[in-house]
Amino acid sequence: MNSEPRPRLGLARRDLLRIAGLGTALSAAAPLLSACGFGGGPADEGGSAADAVTGAFDWKKHDGKTVKLLMNKHPYTDALKAHQAEFTTKTGITLQIDEFPESNYFDKVTLELQSGQGGYDAFMLGAYMVWQYGPPGYLEDLNPWINNASATHAEFEPADFYPNLLTAGQWDFTNGNPLGGDRQWMLPWGFESNVVAYRKDVFDKLGLTPAEDFDSLIELAKTIDTKASSNGFGDMYGIAVRGSKEWATIHPGFMTMYTRLGLKDFAVENGRLKPTMNTPEAIAFTDKWAGMVRDSGPAGWTSYTWYQASSDLGAGKAGMLFDADIASYFQNEKTTAAGKLAWHPGPKGPDGNLNTNLWIWSLAMNSASKNKEAAWWFLQWAESKEHLQYAATQGQHIDAVRRSVATSAEYKDRLAPNTGFLETFEQVIDSTKIQFTPQKNFFDATTSWAAALQDIYGGADAKSTLDELATSLEPRVND
Amino acid sequence: MSVTTPSEVDHDDTPAGREEPGSRPPTVSRRRRRLRPYTLAVPAVLLCVGILYPFFVGVSYTVFNFSAANPNPAFVGLRNFAEITTSAPFWNSVRVTGSFAVTATVVETVLGVGVALLLYRGGILGKVLERALIVPLMVAPILAAIMWKLLLLPEVGWVRPLLAGLGVTDYTGTDSPLWAFIWSVVVDAWIYTPFVAIIALAGLRSLPASPFEAAAVDGAGWWFTFRRLTLPMLWPYVFVAVIFRLMDSLKMFDIIFGLTTGGPGDSTTTLQINAYLESISYARYSRGITYMVVLWAAVYLISMVLVGYLRRLQNRTAGEAT
Repeated sequence: MNSEPRPRLGLARRDLLRIAGLGTALSAAAPLLSACGFGGGPADEGGSAADAVTGAFDWKKHDGKTVKLLMNKHPYTDALKAHQAEFTTKTGITLQIDEFPESNYFDKVTLELQSGQGGYDAFMLGAYMVWQYGPPGYLEDLNPWINNASATHAEFEPADFYPNLLTAGQWDFTNGNPLGGDRQWMLPWGFESNVVAYRKDVFDKLGLTPAEDFDSLIELAKTIDTKASSNGFGDMYGIAVRGSKEWATIHPGFMTMYTRLGLKDFAVENGRLKPTMNTPEAIAFTDKWAGMVRDSGPAGWTSYTWYQASSDLGAGKAGMLFDADIASYFQNEKTTAAGKLAWHPGPKGPDGNLNTNLWIWSLAMNSASKNKEAAWWFLQWAESKEHLQYAATQGQHIDAVRRSVATSAEYKDRLAPNTGFLETFEQVIDSTKIQFTPQKNFFDATTSWAAALQDIYGGADAKSTLDELATSLEPRVND
Repeated sequence: MSVTTPSEVDHDDTPAGREEPGSRPPTVSRRRRRLRPYTLAVPAVLLCVGILYPFFVGVSYTVFNFSAANPNPAFVGLRNFAEITTSAPFWNSVRVTGSFAVTATVVETVLGVGVALLLYRGGILGKVLERALIVPLMVAPILAAIMWKLLLLPEVGWVRPLLAGLGVTDYTGTDSPLWAFIWSVVVDAWIYTPFVAIIALAGLRSLPASPFEAAAVDGAGWWFTFRRLTLPMLWPYVFVAVIFRLMDSLKMFDIIFGLTTGGPGDSTTTLQINAYLESISYARYSRGITYMVVLWAAVYLISMVLVGYLRRLQNRTAGEAT
């Protein structure tokens, strides 16, 4: 018997067993990936569930069913909750509403949609989210439902919505193509146009008038910053705008002013997106904007979300706010500045334009919902004149997305005490639309843009920072 | 009628000495006896599968180009790794992650040992503080970050008036990259210094008294005793806390994200924040998980080195003690 030890192989038997085990685990995992949603997403079945709805429309058709809603904690949702008993009485459908604060609401929506489980039938979202959630098929096209008289009540009247708001929910998912088309991924529910709100008492005392061009706005902010405190307005600074490192910093005042100056975020060349936030004009504007905040904005600006910016206006710390009109509207009640706010469209472009970017809270249907008909019954009610009129006059559902509501005497009476609010709304509404170039990597592009803006605010050279941004974004947005 | 033969009966479980007189020993069939090791292993196997399955699924994502914009992904091999490791944001986040982890761990270790030494002196105040010390550890880090964010906001927080009282008039919160980094470390230290202190205090209380008594008899001063006796004997305990804190700091997400969102610019963007942005905000799932796998590999390798060092340290200390 050979007693010599056997020569060792490169791999011992135990090693081979380990490798085999690992291989087995990996090969077992691979086919299971689809079960986890990998490569899945709701299948495009070619037709719409709306086609199956026939016969006369009946509000009671889904009596006894429950519709699950994923909602942002928002005054719009509060108005819905206050009115939901009306819906249940009318339809027999029960609403189960889960609310999440805005700071993590979209994380929840992303995870819910990505799971493909249809845990929620309908949810709130914004237009920019359509660009991310639409391409994988997470959203139900609502046009077949709207166009089916058996599924939609006769008074729905899509033409009553402001056209730019309706268009914001339409896109063909081709990077760079304009919004519009025959598919409706969401319906506008409430919206915000970005304008300037200001302290009327401060302006009156200092003899100021709202700025009509961007350079005047910069000077106006400086004047408030230097003179307000010595005129009895405490430690007031000039202008509040958002500054945190997130996409939401770019879309309100910044994008509105950027657009009024005739600037674009991207150009489309041979089907590819070319970042244009580093053109000489865009660099000059960005540098001026950062300088305006540095000279006349709040300390700690890089932490400023809509909440901090609007709270400062309400608390009497800011003289102006260039942001969503409703963010300032909510500060005109039960705050230090209550009753002292006024609204103005903000600086015009060189050609006198009032192009304004907007944010739309919308309602959409989960394409993975197993309860689509009842979900549509809810959506059409929540988007009806009946509910929106109630929500805009009895709740805080402002701005109104339907022309019939926005022009109603009851709505106007309600807003009349807010100096210049309605006049401002009427001046900008026709020029208010999505001013960004539609593209699937919107959140990456705008978050990176906000980070670059923070760098410039901190003293970095605007040209090199924006050149670097454009260079790094170009491959990512075309990936 | 079945007959159980003596060879099929398992008497091993019940030692004869413990049997009650007249009681019948339990019988276990040969089949059950053979299955016993496997049944005992079932919970461990289930636990491993529960842990490893999501892990391997996650790892497998890294070789595809899965994203919301591309729900039917293709196999791309190691392209995700190549792309992120050749990108500036990745190396920036490596630098931020490393700087934060080392700085926070050093600060917390020094402060934690200092606090433990103060508490070790005893007294009523020490006993009260010892219990109060764990309060920050009971606060969820994201809540602590939001609380500190409010404190640090120049327009509404308490920090600005406090600093103004000390003559600092140009306070701007987390507006500058340096201060954003410093405040992130401060918040982390506020939460986790007590963790180091508690471990160090437990170590101090377990040290033998005789070497210190001998040093006192020989007239050794405080600093000499601390440097030559306390610290070397305490170090194996403190090093356990160092390992925990370093590993945790390398994975830092909640405190920095809550405080600065990774800004200003990208100055406090860690690997975890990039992973979050890619996976959740930008819905580029494969790229996000690639970040996480890279971080996992780094944490795993560093922890292996540190645990090896700890083992040698403990062996050496045990050898010195004997």
